[in-house]
Amino acid sequence: PAELKLRNITTMDVRGAATWEALASRDASSRDAAMASLHQEVMRRVESVGPMPETPSGPSATTAPGVADDLSDILARVLMLSKRCPYDDVREKCVWLLRSIQDIGVRIPRPLGNGPSKFIPEKEILKVSKVDSRTIFEEAFSLGRLDNISLVMGFHPQYLESFLRTQHYLLQMDGPLSLHYRHYIGIMAAARHQCSYLVNLHVNDFLQVGGDPKWLNGLEGAPQKLRSLGELNKILAHRPWLLTKAHMESLLKAEEHSWSLAELIHAVVLLTHYHSMASFTFGCGISPDIHAEGGHTFRPPSLSSYCVCDIANGNGAVDELLADQQVLEVSGEVEVLMERMKQLQECRDEEEASQEEMATRFEREKSESMLVTTAEYEECVPSRDVSRHFEDPSYGYQDFSRRGEHVPTFRVQDYSWEDHGFSLVNRLYPDVGQLLDEKFQIAYNLTYNTMATHQGVDTSMLRRAIWNYIHCMFGIRYDDYDYGEINELLDRNFKVYIKTMVCSPEKITKRMYESFWRQFQHSEKVHVNLLLMEARMQAELLYALRAITRYMT
Amino acid sequence: MNKTGRKTPPAVKAESDWLQPMSISTAPPYEESRPVHFSLWVGDARGVQVLDLNCGLNFPGGGLHEEAYHGRRNIGLHCGGFSVKRVFLGHAEMEKMTCVSPLSGKTMFCHLDAPANAISVCRDATQVVVAGRNIFKIYAMEETGFVERLNLRVGRKPSLNFSCADVMWHQSDENLLATAATNGAVVTWNLSRPCRNKQELLFTEHKRTVNKVCFHPSEAHMLLSGSQDGFMKCFDLRKKESVSTFSGQSESVRDVQFSMKDYFTFAASFENGNVQLWDIRRPDRYERMFTAHTGPVFCCDWHPDDRGWLATGGRDKMVKVWDMTTNRAKEIHCVQTIASVARVKWRPERRWHLATCSMMVDHNIYVWDVRRPFIPFATFEEHKDVATGVAWRHPHDPYVLLSGSKDSTLYQHMFRDASRPVDRANPEGLCFGLFGDLAFAAKESLMAGDAGRKPYPGGDRRYPIFFFKKPDVTEQFAQVSSALSVFEFEANGGDEGRGRMDWFVETARRYLLTGKPFAELCDHNAKVAKELNRPQVSTTWTMLRIMYSDPGNPATPANHNISKLGNIPLMISLKEMSSALNERNKENRVDNLHNLETNLNIDENEETEGSEGQAEYLFGDAELDDDDLYSMEHDNQTEEPEYILPQEAFPLRHEIVDHPSAPEPPAEKPESPQVSGGEAEGSCLTPMESFSLISVSQLLFQPRLPPGFFSPVVRAALTHYAELGDVQMAVSALIVLGERIRKEVDELTQEHWYMSYIELLQRFELWNVSNEVIKLSTCSAITCLNQASTTLHINCSNCKRPMNNKGWICDRCHQCASVCAVCHHVVKGLFVWCQGCSHGGHLEHMREWLKHSNHCPAGCGHLCEYT
Repeated sequence: PAELKLRNITTMDVRGAATWEALASRDASSRDAAMASLHQEVMRRVESVGPMPETPSGPSATTAPGVADDLSDILARVLMLSKRCPYDDVREKCVWLLRSIQDIGVRIPRPLGNGPSKFIPEKEILKVSKVDSRTIFEEAFSLGRLDNISLVMGFHPQYLESFLRTQHYLLQMDGPLSLHYRHYIGIMAAARHQCSYLVNLHVNDFLQVGGDPKWLNGLEGAPQKLRSLGELNKILAHRPWLLTKAHMESLLKAEEHSWSLAELIHAVVLLTHYHSMASFTFGCGISPDIHAEGGHTFRPPSLSSYCVCDIANGNGAVDELLADQQVLEVSGEVEVLMERMKQLQECRDEEEASQEEMATRFEREKSESMLVTTAEYEECVPSRDVSRHFEDPSYGYQDFSRRGEHVPTFRVQDYSWEDHGFSLVNRLYPDVGQLLDEKFQIAYNLTYNTMATHQGVDTSMLRRAIWNYIHCMFGIRYDDYDYGEINELLDRNFKVYIKTMVCSPEKITKRMYESFWRQFQHSEKVHVNLLLMEARMQAELLYALRAITRYMT
Repeated sequence: MNKTGRKTPPAVKAESDWLQPMSISTAPPYEESRPVHFSLWVGDARGVQVLDLNCGLNFPGGGLHEEAYHGRRNIGLHCGGFSVKRVFLGHAEMEKMTCVSPLSGKTMFCHLDAPANAISVCRDATQVVVAGRNIFKIYAMEETGFVERLNLRVGRKPSLNFSCADVMWHQSDENLLATAATNGAVVTWNLSRPCRNKQELLFTEHKRTVNKVCFHPSEAHMLLSGSQDGFMKCFDLRKKESVSTFSGQSESVRDVQFSMKDYFTFAASFENGNVQLWDIRRPDRYERMFTAHTGPVFCCDWHPDDRGWLATGGRDKMVKVWDMTTNRAKEIHCVQTIASVARVKWRPERRWHLATCSMMVDHNIYVWDVRRPFIPFATFEEHKDVATGVAWRHPHDPYVLLSGSKDSTLYQHMFRDASRPVDRANPEGLCFGLFGDLAFAAKESLMAGDAGRKPYPGGDRRYPIFFFKKPDVTEQFAQVSSALSVFEFEANGGDEGRGRMDWFVETARRYLLTGKPFAELCDHNAKVAKELNRPQVSTTWTMLRIMYSDPGNPATPANHNISKLGNIPLMISLKEMSSALNERNKENRVDNLHNLETNLNIDENEETEGSEGQAEYLFGDAELDDDDLYSMEHDNQTEEPEYILPQEAFPLRHEIVDHPSAPEPPAEKPESPQVSGGEAEGSCLTPMESFSLISVSQLLFQPRLPPGFFSPVVRAALTHYAELGDVQMAVSALIVLGERIRKEVDELTQEHWYMSYIELLQRFELWNVSNEVIKLSTCSAITCLNQASTTLHINCSNCKRPMNNKGWICDRCHQCASVCAVCHHVVKGLFVWCQGCSHGGHLEHMREWLKHSNHCPAGCGHLCEYT
């Protein structure tokens, strides 16, 4: 049934693409026209379906299930527009349209959950989207890519722009891989972390660019070439330090199924991009897009169907009350952190740790990071049919850390993104190196010089600690960094969050999101997420690229 | 001067800012209070170098030290109270005298235990230090190989202070070394220390990795470092601390280099692509900054002789040479390499040469001549992984290069063993320009000796252009003088623009491919070709006509007929024939006449003789024509006529010789005209009729040739044309001949011809012709070209959105989009509209309306016009 549903969405997308596109146009008059035609279309379908029976069996029970499905898909999209469209006129008209057909007696959908993120109140996100990121959103919207991820990233428009440009280039522009391969690799990567949100998104795209639905039954259905990528995907997602040039060789020298170097680079960039995207998606609790499956419901809101978590996740009165309490409890957290940063800055010159001490500090952080395990397993994200096929439950970060294997140290001074990785990527997949470089830099250097309510703070130390901590978890060491700083600056809750997000993002819970940095604003937590995501991507890339370099030399 | 006991330098090269040479004793002591470091160099011929140190640094003064330095004497004098300008003496002579005799040696290498990050050579060129993350050793370079002299990594515990990103050996103190550590430490090493641990000073002032250390070229105690944290620090080794800190205000520092000639200047290159120039006395701000590369500038190097030149290498795969003497840094050379540039080092004694190695992917070391940026002057290909450090062994010996690499080897490369890519490079280049010009470059020697080129210099259509490189005495590049000839086509030259494609366009426009009887098409095309001065093509058309219009064949028997009957039809036929046809026909006739002699009665030889005489005359004429034609042809087409002529002449005769023995049954006779009529596509015209008549009367004698008789010849001819590049002829003939030849040429070849011709036509924007060709082609692959994108998309007139399903109803706004302006009904079918006002309706209605009104029926006021 999931597949059927998918196909329906796709057919509608294709047929109505022009209308939806026009609704995203910057030209107000063409939006008007498109809105009018949308209106007519909806009306026509409503008439052909007839008033929906009041029985709760759902729209599929009517005489013309196809039309009804179409209609509900369209309505879901209208609902999405009424909430997400960056243009006021379209939003208003969509609301009006929904209301008017409701008056006729048609059941209209309502969004499930609260806003783009389960963790962040909708109103905060939308507030931003109306001011800072507006033009970027409009652009993204016209490309049909204004998803919840972008909405949440909208807190940081500077980054968002670079992110969207990179992603657009990776997925749509010239590249060695064909379009459906790109989306399929995205699905593979996201499925590694059971990220149903991303899987959904790309399954649709995959089918739209003419991908074979059979492939979606799992890797076995895909061509040998993609199947052989599975191993790389697995290692890269969970234990990138195990990558050797033999892995690359097996991909590059597989006779008729072999990858070219350029294709491999493209695939590697896509894999790492989607692994880290999965981290972000879970880390910020991204909820399904309104018009996608699971983002809306046609059931009327009744008390019984309200699930508790809806209330808990929302910005209801209860929640705010709780939050207030928490703030009271932990007031002063920020100040303590700032004080520590200041101290570190000052006394660094005096206290000169010996070399061994530095080395042990790194090793300690590294091994500790292995032991920071998530205490909370209770909430298991229901995984989508498709992603189930890609999983290999026997392989994960968890297993590894329990066995207590040793992660070899990777010296960033010997292989760094700036000097080495960039050159390799840019050589084999021109322009992408540049785009990634910009994205990394923006993520690393992004700062508003604020911490919670404090202004004019130099946060570089904190950002560096976060970045290096993530790299440390992957065994990447900076010779010129004192890993003792990490211990000072990152508290345990935060470490748990980072660790979970980077290594097994599917286990992130709302409680974890809330339990770190309680006084900080949501935008700052999203900022942290961006840092985590980019640091993770770079770490994976470094290992993959080093393996490729070794293969080449 | 006197104090050193040396004689006065032989020559003084005076420049504006140089003072007269002075002896130390006469140097005026100015302010006693300010201790100033002052150092004096005395060389064999270089003269005196006195340095200005009147502000900024505060060095404890006093004292004199004396050192030997490459056969020069170097005297450093510390005293107080001087303010003197630089003086150079006998510069030029110095250059010659310091040229050391080339070091003997061979290309050799040794294995290191670990990858190297940097190397540096001791000033006497006997030892080299190799530093890396896990290695820090000194090797002596001996005649036979490297010998490990000293391991500086001592101590039980591995320390990050030993993890070197860079190393530099002091250029005057052979015991002094400095390293930059990845953890941000700057360490100096004193080899004269008696204990095993040679570490002397440790500076941990940088917060991040130190990428580069650099000793001052002449100042013994000055060390500069550049770090990832964006700072550069200048250390005074006597004070054991940094004396000044320079903040680049931008990203990480990748390289710092003291100027070789300007005492106070150093250059710093940055990760963000900038290069900054600093005065060491002014730590507050840089003197100059410019953006040198996109992306990090990994390295820079001052030219050892040219004081203003700075070479930079970056991640953008470029090496650039900057002239810093001007107000704005000017890029004077740019070398494009194939990978990001990790190090760059000027080659000693070679003004234009520099060595580079790359950061990634490319393992070779290149020596470039910056004036010839497209091909390396020399390449060293020994390393198996990227080279991380390069150093010239001796500052005055250009022939020995040392390199350390990530593959854990240390190499000494001898220049004589280097590979010279230029030797393997293809010395000839050929390229067509946009307008048909042809450029051809080759070695000058080759070009000069080429007799074929001689006639043209200064000629009307070819203008040879020569580029010579000035040979340099020190230059070892393979004599790089090449000549570039550009052959231009004159627009209105005496040759009717033969080289251009005018004829092609004209031919394409005027050829008739269909719509008329076969014979007329051939005639027309022959005429076109003739008018365009392409007699050979014209003749081919005529021949095709003769071969395939049925009477054309029997035209041969016609001669027999004539000879037999001795009447007018011959005259008629001759009259009717075009002159070109004549040429060909006469040949046939001559052949036939031979047959006649052999096979037929000789009784009628009055007429025969007459015609034979005429024939011979004409035949001769034809030959003359051929000569003309030959000479008129463009050079590259010369073989063409020779090739074709025999091909058709000989088989014809043989066939005919064969046939008379087996005359065809008379039953065939009545059919032949019909067949010919059919082949001539319906309508027969007078010449053909006359032929037919002849043939009817003739067939008793001469059997008709089977229809496919000429096919092999024609096929060969078409193939020949196609191979010559005149695919136009091949395709046109293919179309005109249609069924006659189609089966003979295999489908794939046809398709290939069609595609080529269509592409050509489209290049010349002959859309109509191209379309006609597509339409007329019989290949399915070609005709389907016209089936693609045949949809005409229209927008709804109400909502302006594209209409997808039906042409008359918009599925968005549910309005009937195309309503007739006259009857106001929906138009299904032909809809005609005015291009001016876009109103329209049923074709009939519009026509009716516009018969009695000029205005648009919709009432918009537009004056529509129905044509």
